[in-house]
Amino acid sequence: MMSNMMSWIEQRIPMMRVANQHAIQYPAPRNMNVWYVFGFMATIVLVNQIVTGIWLTMNFEPSAERAFASVEYIMREVDYGWLIRYMHSTGASAFFVVVYLHMFRGMMYGSYQKPRELLWVFGMLIYLALMAEAFMGYVLPWGQMSYWGAQVIVSLFSAIPYIGPDLVQWIQGDYVISGATLNRFFALHVIALPLVIVILVFLHIVALHEVGSNNPDGVNIKHKKGSLPEGEKTQYKIHEYYTEKYDIADDVVPFFPHIVLKDLVAFAVFLFIFSYILFFAPEMDGKFLEHPNFEVANPLKTPQHIFPVWYFTPFYAILKAVPDKLGGVLTMFAAIGFLFALPWFDRGNVRSWRYRSGLHKVNLIVFAIVFIFLGYLGGTPQEAWKITASQIATVMYFGFFILLFIYSKNENTKPVPERIPR
Amino acid sequence: MSDVSVDANKSAQEPANTPNSNRRKFLTVATSVVGAVGAAGVAVPFIASWQPSARAKAAGADVEQDISGLQEGQLIRVMWRSQPVWIVRRTPEILAALSVSDDELKDPNSEAEQQPVYAQNPYRSIKEEYLVLVGICTHLGCSPQHLVDGAFEEYAEGVPNGFFCPCHGSKFDMAGRVFKNVPAGLNLVVPPYYFIDDNTILIGSDEVTA
Repeated sequence: MMSNMMSWIEQRIPMMRVANQHAIQYPAPRNMNVWYVFGFMATIVLVNQIVTGIWLTMNFEPSAERAFASVEYIMREVDYGWLIRYMHSTGASAFFVVVYLHMFRGMMYGSYQKPRELLWVFGMLIYLALMAEAFMGYVLPWGQMSYWGAQVIVSLFSAIPYIGPDLVQWIQGDYVISGATLNRFFALHVIALPLVIVILVFLHIVALHEVGSNNPDGVNIKHKKGSLPEGEKTQYKIHEYYTEKYDIADDVVPFFPHIVLKDLVAFAVFLFIFSYILFFAPEMDGKFLEHPNFEVANPLKTPQHIFPVWYFTPFYAILKAVPDKLGGVLTMFAAIGFLFALPWFDRGNVRSWRYRSGLHKVNLIVFAIVFIFLGYLGGTPQEAWKITASQIATVMYFGFFILLFIYSKNENTKPVPERIPR
Repeated sequence: MSDVSVDANKSAQEPANTPNSNRRKFLTVATSVVGAVGAAGVAVPFIASWQPSARAKAAGADVEQDISGLQEGQLIRVMWRSQPVWIVRRTPEILAALSVSDDELKDPNSEAEQQPVYAQNPYRSIKEEYLVLVGICTHLGCSPQHLVDGAFEEYAEGVPNGFFCPCHGSKFDMAGRVFKNVPAGLNLVVPPYYFIDDNTILIGSDEVTA
């Protein structure tokens, strides 16, 4: 009875085939470690953002007159409104935490290298869309930081020669940031960008499953058809989509249930941390929800200290480091552009840093420290020494890519094993 | 691939003799149950937030109405939960005429629960004189018209006063009871109410007796 129904469905929509090809019989490297849980986590957070976001739109009113009051209404008068809003605002920060860790994982293990360049590019596009999504979402409560943050970010476009000022006016839909701006940002935040992100996530996964998951050793698990003796092939049932083209080594486990269960353990740990912040520190001392944002937008008065939310601060520091308007904007966008081009800066063919030179390890760790330091510089009040510091850090940020480009061509690497070491 | 069932996968993906299989089964079920409880817990705020908000509850709170100025035969409308509530001061003639048309009514004894128990009487009210009704037709939600001094006879012979719904022609007598052969099936609703004193009605709550 059950199997009859299943095959009736299967003949009309390939439910089991997709489940088999992409989960039950998908070959995942068996040495995937804790760094491999953040992709799954990002998906969970995305679902959280979509669901809580839908619920927030039920009571939010996107107008300059009503936005701030409607957020207060959600926080104070809607049953559990406070919880749903905090899930959304904490989720935004959690999204960037897991995405940054996910990206660093890719850098450590060379997951952007051939043949995964497009996978990396799709990931970067998601990151870019996410930044736009987060920025516009932060404008919606129409507090002081919403308003002045929007003012600063939109003004970036005025640095573009010739069309700058007209472009800014076009984006704002007014001569200043106004209700018109708020309303279009609302439309983009709740419909356009979420659609883009969901589509990009889908493409990211399609690309991942086409090239296969990398692993901490950067060892190939797919071998040339006919190159492996029977005893070295995996005993698990792997989908013919993969076995048709390759010999799959005894280095894999099926994605479901093995990897999924591992991800669920990490998810449980994640929930402990997330819930703690959600219930005890949703504002994170002004890092997740900045204090001036509890005051309604006032176009006549800029808050004393103005910085973006923590996940933008590294780029904000780069922007401030350059003593020229257009130069600063270009440098900031270049910082993201260089990340996009990472697969082409790295000319090496050894993926994991486990088998790469000491220079590479130092270079990567310094890059991570510089990125965090830039975040600190961009997220704390302006002081004289910080300008010099952020200029040095900016040079070091780009230095990572330049150095990588230079040494990766003839790098002193260790031999990579044929198979995942036991 | 339709010939590969889940069971075929299972046997292929697991070693033949899984050690401690009972323990594994127990752990799987226990984890799933805990997960399901968690999921149910997460669902609570999402479901609960669709309930009327504190503001809506405040807007839907009880309404007090001074009736000292109400003339005989007069109807006043009071807004309660964004709905019209009628308060009618009925004359002795109107009250006397109520029993006349009992045969033409669907539910002359108010057996359907369209009123609090204290209004389940021939006059459908606490005090005979004062009728309190939610002025919404029980058919499709229009607000019927109050027709007086013979104007209602056009719709019900021999009944001078009543309520007539302009939308689909439902008819109600001066106790809000529905006539036969009209689309509405139920008598008009009597909201919970009580007299705070002789001149003040509170609409929205039953009287709390200490």
